[in-house]
Amino acid sequence: MAVISYREALRAAMREELKRDDKVVIMGEEVAQFNGAYKVTEGLLKEFGPKRIVDTPISEAGFIGLGIGASMLGIRPVMELMFWSFSYVAFDQIVNNAGNIRYMSGGLINCPIVIRGPGNGGTNVGATHSHTPEAILASHPGIKVVCPATPYDAKGLLKAAIRDNDPVYVMENTILYNDKGEVPDEDYIVPLGVADVKRVGTDLTIVAHGRAVITSLKAAEILEQEHGVSVEVVDLRSIRPLDEETILASVRKTHRALLVEENKPFCGVDAQVAYLIQSKAFDELDAPIHRVSSIDAPQIYCKRMEDQQLPDVNRVVREALKVLA
Amino acid sequence: MAKPAVLTHPESLKRPAGPSEYAKDPVNAALSKAEKIALYTKMARIRHFEQRCIRIYQQGKIGGFLHLYVGQEAVAAGTISLLGKNDHLITGYRDHGHGLMVGMGMNECMAELTGRVTGCSQGKGGSMHYFAPDKNYWGGHGIVGGQAPLGTGLAYAVKYMGLKGSCLVYMGDGAVNQGAVHEAYNLASLWDLPVIFVVENNGYSMGTSQERSTAHPGCLAKRAEGYNMAWDVINGHDVYEVRAKTAIALKRAHEESKPTVLEIFTYRYFGHSMADPDKTYRDKEEIKEYREKKDPVLAFEQELLREKVLTPELSQKINEEAMAEADKAAIFADESPDPTVADITKHIYWEEDNRGPKTTSRGTIIFE
Ligand SMILES: Cc1ncc(C[n+]2csc(CCOP(=O)(O)OP(=O)(O)O)c2C)c(N)n1
Ligand SMILES: [Mg+2]
Repeated sequence: MAVISYREALRAAMREELKRDDKVVIMGEEVAQFNGAYKVTEGLLKEFGPKRIVDTPISEAGFIGLGIGASMLGIRPVMELMFWSFSYVAFDQIVNNAGNIRYMSGGLINCPIVIRGPGNGGTNVGATHSHTPEAILASHPGIKVVCPATPYDAKGLLKAAIRDNDPVYVMENTILYNDKGEVPDEDYIVPLGVADVKRVGTDLTIVAHGRAVITSLKAAEILEQEHGVSVEVVDLRSIRPLDEETILASVRKTHRALLVEENKPFCGVDAQVAYLIQSKAFDELDAPIHRVSSIDAPQIYCKRMEDQQLPDVNRVVREALKVLA
Repeated sequence: MAKPAVLTHPESLKRPAGPSEYAKDPVNAALSKAEKIALYTKMARIRHFEQRCIRIYQQGKIGGFLHLYVGQEAVAAGTISLLGKNDHLITGYRDHGHGLMVGMGMNECMAELTGRVTGCSQGKGGSMHYFAPDKNYWGGHGIVGGQAPLGTGLAYAVKYMGLKGSCLVYMGDGAVNQGAVHEAYNLASLWDLPVIFVVENNGYSMGTSQERSTAHPGCLAKRAEGYNMAWDVINGHDVYEVRAKTAIALKRAHEESKPTVLEIFTYRYFGHSMADPDKTYRDKEEIKEYREKKDPVLAFEQELLREKVLTPELSQKINEEAMAEADKAAIFADESPDPTVADITKHIYWEEDNRGPKTTSRGTIIFE
């Protein structure tokens, strides 16, 4: 097993899939000659040439829609959004077109498109560039959404996404791009819709996705060291499909749940998870479910305040202790 | 792929910088000595403000993005110097120059960059989101092309209210490929709105040269013909030319309520943002050429020295004062307080900030 960064893991996934399937095309702003705004696609143009690695103008509605159209004829475009925030310019294409085409054609048309890029706050760039649209997009049947937290999951989920026959939207995190982790040398995928228990515990279940998983793991360590509680951390990895069974199994074991996400609270992913737990494991709960999410406001620019707006380790610890009280 | 057509540059851009042939244009001839000095001073202030920002960024006090306007000063200076009471403007994220031109203070601009509550947007917007609606400046927009329909709407409102005014909508050469821009073009022309779309063509959108991003019939402005709009190309290194040609578009907006597309050729000296190492997509020589031969601030200084409006001493004084002002602003930005956690949830809804009998809704609006 090699130790590589989250960024390298994503790149490795694309390289391997480009080699495996000549229908795979990488497209987006600055992905080719500039080697990617965040260098995720670095070196791919050199290795695969301009037919496979394509720079686009700043026309998200146009090129994302084009990718969706091409996917209907069997191309497997992997579209990079410089930020998921820019997907809002292409909302009609990614929701109305990609999300509905199979259904409205009575199953006649596949739409194997992948759209990937960072969808996170915490980088001091203000409200228009800090959206986390996983909940908005996952609320549309027809669309799949994944949010990897580690290099292993980033590679495995992206490869699964590329092989999937439906639209899969991969939300990465710029703050995680340099994080390192072990990744197998041989071919593997992480199937969409399979959560992962990132830490085993007995007293409390924390459910999280994306960078909130990393925050939660740090909080779990403090809770163990300083408060003597054993915390289990369930990483959703995939928002839709959602691995209900892994969440419920953990809650049945610990009888307490804290849900952590970097989204805003209203209609967040964890609103759905909370409903799931109370509807299918109500009798298992020894305490009400708590949530930690971003403070409910557009993303503030001021870095010091943005760090407060996002869930941090202290807030997770505090809230965990409330659930355990 | 078909080779793009050769660009139609304004004639003046092809000649080496020298005395401006637009010095005698009525809008420039009408300027008093004091007004010319004021215009130069504003350009120098933009230059020094931006250069001070670089240092603050390098000290780690500005996070996120910082897009500098150095090299493009004559565009904001020339166009905005013509505007009157009912003329409005809106731009993208490269928005500091426009802000200083409309009269925003260096303090509030600098403090916004460091995220302070004393910033123009109280530390909520940052570099890309300056606003001064009291000065007809509607931002500061981070999403490429997103400001084009907004500016068209401002022009619509001006016309609706029966005012003789306009809205200048600034965008980059990369923005012209956004659908929103084309939809705005069509609406502006279809409804005879007093808009001036100002394409600040600095040759690149991030690391993509304009040739690699855009299919065009000779220049970007000419796309206006497809929408039955007037257009012109302008040498953006000559503030007199910018003023002379913008004045024509402004007259068209004021007198006929018709839109115009102006493409102003300009150049940015630094990377796309401070995060761009600027090493791969353009030649060091190219940057040097522009800096040395076409610098808009220097060119205007020379022009005014020739006109005997400026003396070397006065010019030096102006520049020193601008530098000192930027230094002071940097200290102000350093010493100002941050917003508080309670501030995070302010300015989301009018009624939350203005509780009272006038509110029209009930129920929870900001969630725990
Ligand atoms: C919708 C959208 N897509 C992409 C971006 C990222 N981005 C910011 S500026 C920029 C380049 C714009 O270039 P141009 O329009 O030429 O303006 P310039 O930066 O040269 O002033 C890009 C791709 C964005 N902010 N919004
Ligand atoms: Mg440009």
